[in-house]
Amino acid sequence: MLRFPLWKTILTLAATLIAIAICVPSMIGPENRAKLAAVLPSWLQPQSIVLGLDLQGGAHLLYEVDRADVVKTMTQNLRDDLRRLLREEKVGVSGGVGVTARGVQVRLADPKDFARIQTKLSQLVPLAANAPGSGLDVSNDDGLVRLTITDAAIDNKVKRAVEQTIEVLNRRVNGLGTTEPNIQRQGADRVLVEVPGLQDTNRLKEIVGTTAKLEFRLVGEPGAPPGDVEQLDQTDQPGKLPVEKQVMVEGEDLTDAQPGFDSRTNEPVVNFRFNIRGGQKFGQVTSANVGRPFAIVLDNKVISAPRILGPITGGSGQISGRFTVEQANNLSILLRAGALPAKLTIVEERTVGPGLGQDSIDAGKRAAYWAAGLVVTYMLITYGTFGVFANLALLIHISMIFAMLVLLRATLTLPGIAGIVLTIGMAVDSNVLIYERIREESHAGRSIISALDAGFNRAFATIVDSNVTMFVVAAILYFLGSGPVRGFAVSLALGILTTIVTAVTMTRMMIALWYKYRRPTKLPI
Amino acid sequence: MKLLRLAPENTKFPFMRFRRVSYPFSAVLSIVSVLLFLFVGMNFGIDFSGGTLLEVQAKSGKADLSYIRDLSEHLNLGDLEVQGFGTPADASIRFGMQPGGDAAQQVAVEKVRKALGDAYEFRRVETVGPRVSGELVQQGTLGVVISIFAVLAYLWFRFEWQFAIGAIIATMHDLLLTVGFFSITQLEFNTTSIAAILTIVGYSLNETVVVLDRIREMMRKYKRMPTDQLIDMSVNAVLPRTLMTATTVFLALLSLVVFGGNVIRSFSLAMMWGIFVATYSSIFICSPTLIYLGLRNERSARDETTAGAKPLSSGKL
Repeated sequence: MLRFPLWKTILTLAATLIAIAICVPSMIGPENRAKLAAVLPSWLQPQSIVLGLDLQGGAHLLYEVDRADVVKTMTQNLRDDLRRLLREEKVGVSGGVGVTARGVQVRLADPKDFARIQTKLSQLVPLAANAPGSGLDVSNDDGLVRLTITDAAIDNKVKRAVEQTIEVLNRRVNGLGTTEPNIQRQGADRVLVEVPGLQDTNRLKEIVGTTAKLEFRLVGEPGAPPGDVEQLDQTDQPGKLPVEKQVMVEGEDLTDAQPGFDSRTNEPVVNFRFNIRGGQKFGQVTSANVGRPFAIVLDNKVISAPRILGPITGGSGQISGRFTVEQANNLSILLRAGALPAKLTIVEERTVGPGLGQDSIDAGKRAAYWAAGLVVTYMLITYGTFGVFANLALLIHISMIFAMLVLLRATLTLPGIAGIVLTIGMAVDSNVLIYERIREESHAGRSIISALDAGFNRAFATIVDSNVTMFVVAAILYFLGSGPVRGFAVSLALGILTTIVTAVTMTRMMIALWYKYRRPTKLPI
Repeated sequence: MKLLRLAPENTKFPFMRFRRVSYPFSAVLSIVSVLLFLFVGMNFGIDFSGGTLLEVQAKSGKADLSYIRDLSEHLNLGDLEVQGFGTPADASIRFGMQPGGDAAQQVAVEKVRKALGDAYEFRRVETVGPRVSGELVQQGTLGVVISIFAVLAYLWFRFEWQFAIGAIIATMHDLLLTVGFFSITQLEFNTTSIAAILTIVGYSLNETVVVLDRIREMMRKYKRMPTDQLIDMSVNAVLPRTLMTATTVFLALLSLVVFGGNVIRSFSLAMMWGIFVATYSSIFICSPTLIYLGLRNERSARDETTAGAKPLSSGKL
């Protein structure tokens, strides 16, 4: 008991000082932190604790890529590809190409044609990009050919759609100028968007949730065949507008889009620029259709349909649509970032305003101070001098949890604070186990030194046993929990790890030193 | 200085004698809890039931609860729950899943936003769709089941099988009574409540392990002592520590309940109940189980064959 080696003492003290030093930057506020950062060398920059979205305010949005939408796009593409194939191979059909739930079907005029095109049919949908194998089940019932897209092919497409979505969303959210957005895949078909410290989540939701598929299509003229024209809603006025189904130029050919003002009307507009291919196409269409209204269609809604005054060959143009300044801004962000490959739906939303976050921080702090105050007082009146040791160990314990949260870049959430507060109550358990054991051994007639020794040694097995069970629970919570609950698990687990160090080693060291210098004749507990 | 003692010195309470009372008593409470759960049910938060929770704060003056409540009829949102909490300016609005899925839910939130206009600040917006809530239910259940088995496995490895059985009976007891607590108080049950339940499981086992550790130690020391007497002695020996720790944890939780704010109040209250139940069960449920499971018989039988040459378990780490 008395032999507490010097190196161990130094190591323990060093660990304590380092832990406290790591906590300092989080305590002193951003301004002082900046001053500190200026003084310290680059390898020793102060790090502050990472606050969860529930504490700093922000949006947590879980989106799901609409699988049905992916399937719909796939079947539409398949229908177009099949039509082209039939045309190229000069295969006669009776009736048209029909769309089924998961694919297409067509009746061949001559059932014998099937053998000729069978291989090409199965190549219409590859299993995955750059991979051999067919993503189609092809069946032939005496000339009635059914093409069904396989689950594997759809899964692959969804996977790629999620990857593309993440790329597009990164560009879009960065366009909003927010700090440190976190956009990542969740499971097979979901994308998590986390943006801290945002005031206006509605704008974020608009920016993220819009598909932003931009198309330039001619407005249908009276007398056009009804199959070639569809009626589309308009954003700037009620009523529908007949628009040709054929897409002349697409948004993917845009290279840039910037908000601006119309030089004559001073109305907010979006100026855009095409790549070479888009510029050429746009030039051709505008040259051939001077005088006709040209519809600008975003997600199947007509933004505006200005009349083509003359050929536009410069590869750039302007979209007007009675926008507000913010709408023009949003649209240009969307067009710059590109369209989403499939529709997104919000399946989970958790948004906390910055005011509420600050309230939660204050509430958490207050609870922590009270808990620490009550427990410290209680330990003091129960164990006297030994209570002081336990309290010192407790304070070091709390700074160690905090320091480890900072070092691990773990996120502190409100349940995480609750975890720390709970640990304040539980950390002293190890001290209590040791002290009660010492008392017991002393009552059983042992000398002071042998009671101290027996107390520490016998309580140790119990401390480990009881903490292992708690640690197992914390680990499971970590792996199964999400968001804030995870923060709780981290605090709890760290609290358990540090309690072994502080309650056992530090208390032991303090009691050893105390015994050495005081030489007590009687135990103070 | 006179130091505070919660438990008198050297208590000799005959705890095991109470087992004829505590067992039936706890059995009844457990059954009542199950019945409450089945017939009254818990107040599931949107994490598990799906739906939307909004917290709004009036920008000036008080929140007009009856006006907000009237929204229900105007907006046709179905079940709409409006409550004041915290300051008079605060109100929470909760409504279930709207027919038409996730997109319809967003439309509904937008409607409320428009209806409340600029007079209210939206401090919290939470929407959980049906698929996500289903998954959260699954994860929560899985978490509770896995942690019980994992901890059991550890106990099995560290102690005799009777101890493990005793521990699981005590833990199940605590779990059921906590479920009963949620049913009777109608505190909102959400993902943090699952965290509370798991922490109670952890705490309950912690308590149980401390008692069991001592029983095991006593078994090695007093080989001929009758089991009930031996358990009584062990429980009395750890009693000061049990009360002391329960009090410190209670004090920490009390601070959380009073000052920790609305979000974690149900967590803290459940935990408070949990430590009370866990302390009770470690003494009155887990330990008597050892007697019922015939720890003594096995002990004396083994003592005769090995003549006490080997300790019953190593107990070293």
